[in-house]
Amino acid sequence: MDLKTLLSFEWGMMAPEFTILIVAVILSLIDLFGKDSIKKYIPSFAVAGIGLALIFLLFQYGHEEVSILYDTYIFDSFAFSFKFILLIGTLLIFFMVLSKQKDEEITDRGEYVYLLLSALLGTMMMASSGDLITLFVGLELLSLSSYIMVAMRKRNKRANEGAMKYIINGGIATAFTLFGMSYIYGISGTTKLVDISREMSSALGTTEPIATVGFIILFVGLAFKISSVPFHMWTPDVYEGAATPVSAFLSVVSKAAGFVIIIRLFVTIFNTGVEGNETLYSSMIGFVAILAILSMLIGNIIALRQRNMKRLIAYSSIGHAGYILIPIVSLSAMTLENVWFYLLAYSFMTIGAFMVIYILEQSEKSEDISIFTGLFQRSPVLAISMTIFLLSLAGIPGTAGFIGKFNIFVGAISADPAQYILVGVMAVATVISYLYYFNILIQMFIRQPEFEGRRTVNKMQAVPLIACITGTIVLGIFPFIALNFFS
Amino acid sequence: MGLLSLLVFSPIVGFIILFFIPKHDMKMLHKIALAASFIPFLFGLLVFILFKTDEIPADILKWIEFEAGEKSFVIHYELAVDGFSTILIFLTAIIMSIAILAGSFHVKKDIRMFYQLMFLLELGVLGVFASGNLFLFFIFFEITLIPMFLLLSKWGGTDREESAFHYLVYNGIGSLILLVAIAAIFVSAGSTNFDTVMQHFATNENSGLALGIAIALLLAFGIKLPIFPLHSWMVKVHVDAPIPVVIVHAGVLLKIGAYGLITFGIGFFPVAFEKLVLVLAILGLVNLLYGAYLALVQKELRAVLAYSSISHMGIILLGIAALNESGIQGAIFQAVSHGLIAALFFLLVGSLANRTNTTSLKKLSGLARLTPLLAGFLLVAALAGLGLPGMSGFVSEFMVFLGLFEQLPWIGVIGTLGLVLTVVYMLRVVMNMTFGTYRNMFGEIKDLNVYEVVPTLVLIICIIGIGVFPNIIASTIQLTIETLRLGIGG
Repeated sequence: MDLKTLLSFEWGMMAPEFTILIVAVILSLIDLFGKDSIKKYIPSFAVAGIGLALIFLLFQYGHEEVSILYDTYIFDSFAFSFKFILLIGTLLIFFMVLSKQKDEEITDRGEYVYLLLSALLGTMMMASSGDLITLFVGLELLSLSSYIMVAMRKRNKRANEGAMKYIINGGIATAFTLFGMSYIYGISGTTKLVDISREMSSALGTTEPIATVGFIILFVGLAFKISSVPFHMWTPDVYEGAATPVSAFLSVVSKAAGFVIIIRLFVTIFNTGVEGNETLYSSMIGFVAILAILSMLIGNIIALRQRNMKRLIAYSSIGHAGYILIPIVSLSAMTLENVWFYLLAYSFMTIGAFMVIYILEQSEKSEDISIFTGLFQRSPVLAISMTIFLLSLAGIPGTAGFIGKFNIFVGAISADPAQYILVGVMAVATVISYLYYFNILIQMFIRQPEFEGRRTVNKMQAVPLIACITGTIVLGIFPFIALNFFS
Repeated sequence: MGLLSLLVFSPIVGFIILFFIPKHDMKMLHKIALAASFIPFLFGLLVFILFKTDEIPADILKWIEFEAGEKSFVIHYELAVDGFSTILIFLTAIIMSIAILAGSFHVKKDIRMFYQLMFLLELGVLGVFASGNLFLFFIFFEITLIPMFLLLSKWGGTDREESAFHYLVYNGIGSLILLVAIAAIFVSAGSTNFDTVMQHFATNENSGLALGIAIALLLAFGIKLPIFPLHSWMVKVHVDAPIPVVIVHAGVLLKIGAYGLITFGIGFFPVAFEKLVLVLAILGLVNLLYGAYLALVQKELRAVLAYSSISHMGIILLGIAALNESGIQGAIFQAVSHGLIAALFFLLVGSLANRTNTTSLKKLSGLARLTPLLAGFLLVAALAGLGLPGMSGFVSEFMVFLGLFEQLPWIGVIGTLGLVLTVVYMLRVVMNMTFGTYRNMFGEIKDLNVYEVVPTLVLIICIIGIGVFPNIIASTIQLTIETLRLGIGG
């Protein structure tokens, strides 16, 4: 590769990634060598960096498909729209980090910031990669940064337990993923997704058993990131142990990245077949459907018994992973739109809910559900905000969550064949989820407060709250804004 | 912004104004809430009058568009009314004002939040009846769920949280079945507009999909109505909810089930419903007899009324099962009539319970000596409930059975047994309460005051008005019936 070819690539397409990379490097240097007076601005620098990356990304809106570095980096509308969610989600989480009160136990603020940025960089590379190698590198970058972030509260017993579980489960999942990829490589002899897809469709038949094994192993490995069955057990412990912004990152950005990689891999590799023949994907959707059903039911049923708020949200997020798997099972023209919209809605409502929990957990020093008792009397603003997020998570009309759910229903029914069983299970799971979401409403509006004194929301805390409320409501009442943006 | 949008969102005015009134100024809160409840009432009256004289234009705005390959699905924000929904809107407005007035006697704590939730509930119910497509219908349908849940769990009786969760689970299941059905209709017809859907399924009426959706609708609205094995939540609500909420619940919310079954069920899937006629008739019969029998053996006045509601809802099902003009007309009449009668009953029961602190039938007897007005009104309510000629209940039962004898005479014969049982349980309860032996248990209690008499009289006038001049309603719903009759095919 000489300089001429190197310069001929459209490097400009990678501007968002480069921005994040440069900011992360600079911030880590500042953290090492900078004075304390500069250090306290590190999170603000990060916010500016993400904002800049977001602006670069928006300039690429409607840009034609580009692939550089010999197809290892692809820019297409898929990459664009999912990177948008990743950046928005991380931005909201940084607002959360900024809002923290002085006595929060994380003192190593700098590390925290640039680890979040490097994790974000990993997810963005995953969204854009067209090669198994870069895909895996992006995945590992995300995983390793996440492990450290979870383990960072080193004096907290729960955090240590969570970090231990996370790293062991994560290691196993990574091994699964890599093992699955090796099967794919064995069949096709290449790591480029485009080539793999061509090889798979021509070699189908003779290699089908091997491809099936590869499919299952790969999917199981990737289920870890989206916290769906069978790799879901880490979720509650890790969410409980990690600092709340990290939990929010894992449940939103990391999960979104998991879905990105699943769609990218499975839809391109396994969904091409000889004209008229069943593709491997369509013969395997039964397997994915079972995982979706188990996730929806297990997540929502176990959430019923939780009293720790972060564990509750963790189980609910397992259930939501099941919902988002439905459009992936019922592959149709609406699949991408459904997944994208649901993830966007999910980012706003989940980060919002985490934000309320974060504020309360700092003031009450507890994560028990009782921090919500009588909240309407103590802080009407927080109570109303939490109500909006909970109603959206439950899928009540007027909120983004409802439109997302309706979208998934319509997509699954209009698919061929129509997935009535999945839709039915999702309906049942939703009713189950009403029980624990509405239970929190009862705590807030009806129970007498167990904590004294009024709680106020300061300016820094108001920013992410307002952003999440706006997102949840606007997407619920004017969903076409987002839908038009997507198409 | 059209008239219908103003109507639907008018309860918001009360909701907002109440924020500006200090929490502890009870008198002011009562007054303002009552005054604000007249705003939707006036709009309801206006819609009712305009509907009689002129067409009411639908409110349409383009809203959401989904692209799925070549197909594109569009959802509008559209409000529209027909005869049936106009009457139900008017009924909602009347009963809401009465319930809010009743709130001033029955609700002691957090009255401001109570009224605000009531206004939110009213917004939901008005929206349900005024929506012009299924998607919007569903949105308003779900909006009623949240205020009802909070009203039940905060102001209810002893088992309030348990009842609230019962309500939530049953209605949640119902609404999600409905949502799946709506999604299926949407995918098949490409729109959720009532007329478009009706035409779409008129041309593809024999498909299995239509039958499936019809069954889903029957289940979803069957929970709301409620139909026999799905009724336990409704009894709990009737027994545990605060009186104003029961008035609205029995008076209006249950009618959403009837409205849905008639407008969407028979309206969209007449052929599929023809296949279900026998099922409907048997379910109706079971409701009628089971409700009446259990009403006969209850020891609590509220439970008697709860089972009596189930029994009366059976008559609606029988009317639907008859699937002819007079049957459906009877069902619609029964929906309206039961709304008024149930509201009247619970209004009086509320006043009674406030005075005696009990609704146990064992303790209540000989009230005619103590409180002649209250006892007299209770007797009137009972007579209306058992369908005395000259009152609204008679008209509806007469028409339902007229239709039923034409189509399914045997079911009609058994059904009349239910009517006899109704007479028995109504009289058993009320006769003993009013004319039974007088025991001096409650000390000095006062008779109804003017704030209790006026709403009672309004309801009684409506009940007798419909009984004597059924044409007020018949002429309004004529066009609705006509459209439905064309669908049924004769």
